[in-house]
This record gives sequence, C-alpha cells and structure tokens, in this order.
Amino acid sequence: MSLQLKIKKGLDLNIAGKVESEEIEKLIIPEEIAICPDDYPGFTPKLSCKEGDSIRKGEPIFHDKFHEDVNLVCPVTGVIKQVVRGERRKIMRVVIAPDPDEYDNGYIQDIDPTDEESTILRLARSGMWVLLRQLPYGIMPDPEVRPRDIFVSGFDSNPLAPSFDFILSDKIDFLKAGIDILTRLTDGNVYLTRHHGSKMPDIPGAVMIDIEGPHPAGNIGTAIANIAPVNKGEVVWTVDAPSVTRIGQMMINGDITSTTIVAVTGSEVKTPEYVRTLVGAPMKALLKDNIKDDGRHKRYISGNPLCGINVGEDGFLRRPYYQITVIPEGDDVDEFMGWASLSPSKMSVSRSFPGHFLRKLFSPDARIKGGRRAMIMSGEYDAVMPMDILPEYLIKAILSKDIDNMEKLGIYEVVPEDFALAEYVDTSKLELQKIVAEGLEYMRKETE
Amino acid sequence: MKALRNFLNKIKPNFEEGGKLHAFRSVFDGFETFLYTPETTSTSGVHIHDSRDSKRTMIIVVLALMPCLLFGMYNAGYQNWLAAGATVFPFWEIMAYGCLAVLPTLAVAYIVGLGIEFAVAQWRGEEIQEGFLVTGILIPLICPVDTPLWMIAVATAFSVIFVKEVFGGTGYNILNVALVTRAFLFFAYPASMSGDKVFVPSDSILGLGHNLPESFTGATPLGQVATASGGDVAITDITGKAVSTCDMFLGLIPGSFGETSTLCILIGALILLIAGIANWRIILSVFAGGAFMAWIAHSFETPTYPASYLTVADQLCLGGFAFAAVFMATDPVTAARTTVGKYIYGFLVGVIAIIIRTYNNGYPEGAMLAVLLMNAFAPLIDYCVVQVNINRRLKRIKA
Repeated sequence: MSLQLKIKKGLDLNIAGKVESEEIEKLIIPEEIAICPDDYPGFTPKLSCKEGDSIRKGEPIFHDKFHEDVNLVCPVTGVIKQVVRGERRKIMRVVIAPDPDEYDNGYIQDIDPTDEESTILRLARSGMWVLLRQLPYGIMPDPEVRPRDIFVSGFDSNPLAPSFDFILSDKIDFLKAGIDILTRLTDGNVYLTRHHGSKMPDIPGAVMIDIEGPHPAGNIGTAIANIAPVNKGEVVWTVDAPSVTRIGQMMINGDITSTTIVAVTGSEVKTPEYVRTLVGAPMKALLKDNIKDDGRHKRYISGNPLCGINVGEDGFLRRPYYQITVIPEGDDVDEFMGWASLSPSKMSVSRSFPGHFLRKLFSPDARIKGGRRAMIMSGEYDAVMPMDILPEYLIKAILSKDIDNMEKLGIYEVVPEDFALAEYVDTSKLELQKIVAEGLEYMRKETE
Repeated sequence: MKALRNFLNKIKPNFEEGGKLHAFRSVFDGFETFLYTPETTSTSGVHIHDSRDSKRTMIIVVLALMPCLLFGMYNAGYQNWLAAGATVFPFWEIMAYGCLAVLPTLAVAYIVGLGIEFAVAQWRGEEIQEGFLVTGILIPLICPVDTPLWMIAVATAFSVIFVKEVFGGTGYNILNVALVTRAFLFFAYPASMSGDKVFVPSDSILGLGHNLPESFTGATPLGQVATASGGDVAITDITGKAVSTCDMFLGLIPGSFGETSTLCILIGALILLIAGIANWRIILSVFAGGAFMAWIAHSFETPTYPASYLTVADQLCLGGFAFAAVFMATDPVTAARTTVGKYIYGFLVGVIAIIIRTYNNGYPEGAMLAVLLMNAFAPLIDYCVVQVNINRRLKRIKA
C-alpha cells in the first residue's frame, strides 16, 4: 500500500558543499569518540560505568533513571577515557578510546523476535529504544504506552543532507527486519516516507508515503501533519530509517555496527565526500586535510545547517551521526550597508536580492544578517510550513506561556525542526526553534 | 571604508556602559548597524539566515514611495503655477518649488518621530528600530502640503508616543502610526485640514512659485463633491476646467501631497509586490471591496448623496483610496495576519472607505478612517480565523 503526498510550501536552499561522488574512499578510525546524552531527549542518564573501565560494543554506558531497563549502549569496544561534566555535574559526554583492532567486536545479544513483551525489553536493553522518539514533545517514548502509529522518515531533505538511497543501499534487509519489529509495537500503521524518485523498494508491512516537493518534505512532522495529525492524548512514534536498520540488524544478528557513513559537507570543506567512521567520531578526524585554508573563521556543525549542532572544531559527531557541515562563521566580515546590497552572492527568498534569480550555489555564513525585532511581517512562516498550523499564533502562545492556547493551536504536532525553515526566512530573526523547544519543555513540565 | 570602520571601533567605547557618551548609545547603535551589517552570529537553531532583514524591508517601502513623493513635488508646484494662471510650466523650477514646499514637513516629521524613537530606545536599553523610516515619509505624503509645521510636529509626537511606544514600539502598535497622525490633524484642527485652501501651496518660496491671492480656492475633487448639492457633480480643476477620469488617474489635481497620482501609486505597488513586501491579497481585496461598494452606490445614485454619481473608476482613482490600499492597508503590523483574514480585512477596508465617502457628506474622504477602523477590527477577524483552525483540530479528536 502506498500513499501519495505532494507538498507545495517549503524551500530548497542551494548551498555549496554537497557531496557529489557516491563512493566511500576513507575509513576513519579515530583515537577517541564521544557519546552525548543530550542527543537523546527524554532519556535521563545514569552512568552504568566509570572512567577507566573496559567496555565492549553493546554494553551500556548509561541507563535511564526512570526506566532502568532502557540503556544507552557503547557503539565500540574500548576503554572509557573520560566522563565530561558541565554545570551541576550534568554529564555532557562520555569519551571512549576505541580499541584499534577490536573496536567492532562486541557483545552479541540473545534475541527471541517472536515475543512482544521481550521485544520491548530487548530493544530497551540493547540500546535501540533510545533511537525512538515520540510526538508530542519529540522525546524518547515511554515503554508502557503503545503508540497510535509509527512514522519512519525514509529520506532527509535538509540542505546538503546525505542520500538515504546511498547510505542505506546495502542495508535494505535490515530495514525490512526493523520495520517488521516496529509493526508489532503498534496497533496502527507503520508509515515509511520515500522521496519522489527514490530507489527505495516497497517494504513489506509498511505503508509507503511517496512525498514530492521541497524541504521540509523529508521532515517526519510534515508527513504526520498531512497523513494523520497527532491529537491531544495520542502518541505517535517517529524514527529515521538509518536507526531502523540498526534495530533490524540487532534483531537479526543480535549485534550493531560501530561504523556509520557520514556526509562531510559545507562550503568550507575542500572536497565534500562520504566517509565511513565510528559513531561519535571527532570533527578533527573527519575533516583532516579537508578544510579550506582561507583564513576565515569557521563554524563546525554536526548535522545540517538548519538544525545541526554547533560543536566547534574540537567537537564530536552527534546524533543522527550521518552528516557534518562546515560553513564560514562570518564574525570577521565587515559588510558596509548590507541592507542596501545588490550583491549577487547574497542568498535570499526575497526578490529584492539579485541572487534570488540566479541558479547558483551560495556560501552563506552564520551571521543572522540583521537585528532581532518583534514579529512584524505576517505570513512568512506559513509560506514554508506545509502543516495545518498557524505558526505565528502558536509562537505567540508559547512566548506568553499560554498553555491552553498552545494546546489548541497544535503544539503536540510539532518539534523544533519543523520551525527551522521559518526561522531561516524570518525577517525579524526570532529564535523560533529555541522558542518551540522551550515551549515543549514548559508544556511537559506543567502537564506531567 | 576601512577607515570608517576603524573610526567607529575607536569611538565605540565612549558609548558603552560607563563611557562618557553612554546617554547616546542608542544613537550610536542605530548608526553603526545602519552603516555595517551586525556581526552577530546565530547562537541557537538555524546556522544560516536569509539576507533580508527589517532594514531591507523598510527601505524598499521607502523606495516604493519615491514615485509618489517625486510626483507630489511636481504636482504641488504645478497646482501653484496653474492657480497663478501660468501657461508655461518649467519642469525644474516646478520640481524645485515642490521640493521646497514639502521639505520642511518631511524634516519636521523625521526629527520629531526619530527623536522620540531614539529617546525611547535609549531609555529602554534597546536597539533603534527602523519602523519610523517609513512612517516619517508617509506623513508628508498623506497631509495637505500647506499644513502648519507645528501641527505636524504635535500630531507626529502624539501618534508615535500613544499609538506605538506605549504599546512596545515597532511591531506592537495597534493602529497605523502615519494614519493616526493624519486623523489627529483631521479631528484636532479641522479648519486647517480640509476646505479648499490647504491643498495647493499658495506662497512663493525663496523666490520660486507664485503668491496666490486671498480669494483663491482650490478644492479637491472629493471636496467639491461633498459640498455639492443636487444632481450629478461636475468636477473641475483650479482653473474651472472639467477633470476627466484619465486626469484623476494621472493625478495632476489638488489633493494630499502624495496621494493624487494613481499611476505612481501603482508603480509603488509593483515595487512592493515584486519585492514580496506588501501582501497582494490585501491590495486586491481593498480594490475589490471599493469597486463593489462604488458599483452599488453608483447603481442607486441619488441627489442626497452626490458622491453616488461618481463612477467606479472615479471612486478608485480619487482621493486617498489607492494610496490607502497600497501603502496603508498593507502595513503588516496593523493588518490582519492570517491568510483568510487578509481577504476579509481588505474587502471591508474598501467597502467602508466608499461608504464613508459616499454616505457621509461631513467627511469628503473615507479611506483613512476605513483603514483605521479595520486596524481596530483586524485582531477580531484574525481571532475568528484562528478559532476555525482550533475547531478543526478539536473536531479531529471527536471524529
């Protein structure tokens, strides 16, 4: 069974630094990797190991404070090198030194895929549960609540994002097995999105959603909003296809791979390329000899330019572990009267910039390019959000902490990434993703 | 450019906390961000931002107003020449005269308005906002050219303070600031703001132009209609010649400084629409609403209401209607914000403007009042549209 979805609202950004060649020439095994519990919202980490411990791939680093069976497992075999803590002793990351020879030899889980009770337990213990997210709130789901449906994102439409067709090409069997497991966890449907023109085959058990249109076509929130929106009281799970292949592999082999394929992208990268490396690898290792030497300040992003994380030069590859982007920071640019500029190198949705009409790739930097203002223009967010949501009103409800209206205006249907494009186009330069994240957090605290 | 940047960097510490000139921080900030795009980079959320910002937006609106401003200059001079009985119209002399006629008003509006903005920004410790760049140029355009300067100053101060700043500044005002300035003048000083003396400059300036005799009258077409009695009205220009629809469209007629030329207003509209700043839905529905109401009025023409004799085209070309549709109703802060709301809002602006103009002989022009009235109702329209969205969401649960 398959559904067709054509979206019109949205925007594809033409940014320089996309990977052209679909080949992997490098296998990068770094000296250390890091796992950050912040990548798993809703998971409250308690350390299961300590500095200096030897750890095998598949053994837990953390377990959840409230669900003891839910583990966050180590993706490699090696030694726990350091536990980095921040304010109030919050664990920022655990640094692991992988064993250069043994890194991929791990602990094989004993799986009986027939029994549902043990399926959930197995997913939880094997570190697969933390890969799932739920709507509302975009957090790790509660193992005791059965979801209405499960939505799997089968492509990523963010700027410079890797092609799932490519990174999943040899993992279709795992994807099938993963989908098969997911179908047992819901009484509703398991939906799998597929980009128009993708080579991904129909996966048995899943309702395929063929989506045509610009970004955010690939955001799972877009599919949910248009196919079966989340109502108050309902829970829907979301997960990306690469994570589903991990779940599938775990169910078939009782094992996971320690490696991942990463798209190294961005205008400040010499040769954008795919590399194979360990989950949580450091940026320095991924970008060795591949950074432009132009003397400009740079921003190192794990993920894409719209919703990635600014990790800095010394940072590590963060979840979802398949893309890094390097762009100019721009704080070293003196731009004279930028608001009057007719330069063709300025990227904009506004037709007042000549660049708007050029079919070229832009190299935008990280400046917000203006001053922060009150919400002045109307309809800007609507133009890039293909959901039945009134974004301006939802944002205003969040800013005024009006729980009643947040609920009525659909806060259960959104996660911060749904507002990324709106944040990009916003003339008033408001921090929409942050506002939404804080709103969700507030909502969760108040209603629990 | 490097030298300028270095100079700014050198004097910057004086304006920071504890510096000698800290009291002028907002002024310095305003100029610095005007000259150089801020180097602020994103700290959360998206790492890249679109190049457009509110400065860009405002400056394009100012640009779109230029045809009206330039035409207004020529028209002011032209009317003066015409009233003096001239037969030759020297272009540059007329332009210079018109420029001198409007310059004081423009300067007063900007000095008073920006002065208040700077002071408030300093007081609140915020960045200067650029909203007044547009308001400051709108004010001279929608006022009669001979409005006394002190009245402009008082009205501008009133509306900037009580319509904008008390509500929180740019983006929070509930009514259009420029229109409130105009309305303030209209209701506070009715004698100086309507009638047949104020729309044509009547003195020579720096030796340019002509001193017109006391007995001179130069009523606007709508003024003539409003004071007419019985039957169809023959609209005439200053010299008594009949005014055709084409003249009304081109705009060489007496009227508020920048509002007379529908052609120039449409050029402005084109600029705004190409740049994607004004909302086409609003402009279209204002004209649709106006045309609809004008058609009804014209279909039931009656001597009691002389304006009902005006054709649809006349109604849309005359007075401040087109200007209000393109530059006033589209103000994003005070217009309806929802898509459906914009159609309703615009349509009602058009309808009400013509109703006031036609069926209330006390007010020759209704566009300004219509926009202000709908500014007040825009939140209600949006509320209804938002409720529809909310109800749709609630229905989903029940289904």
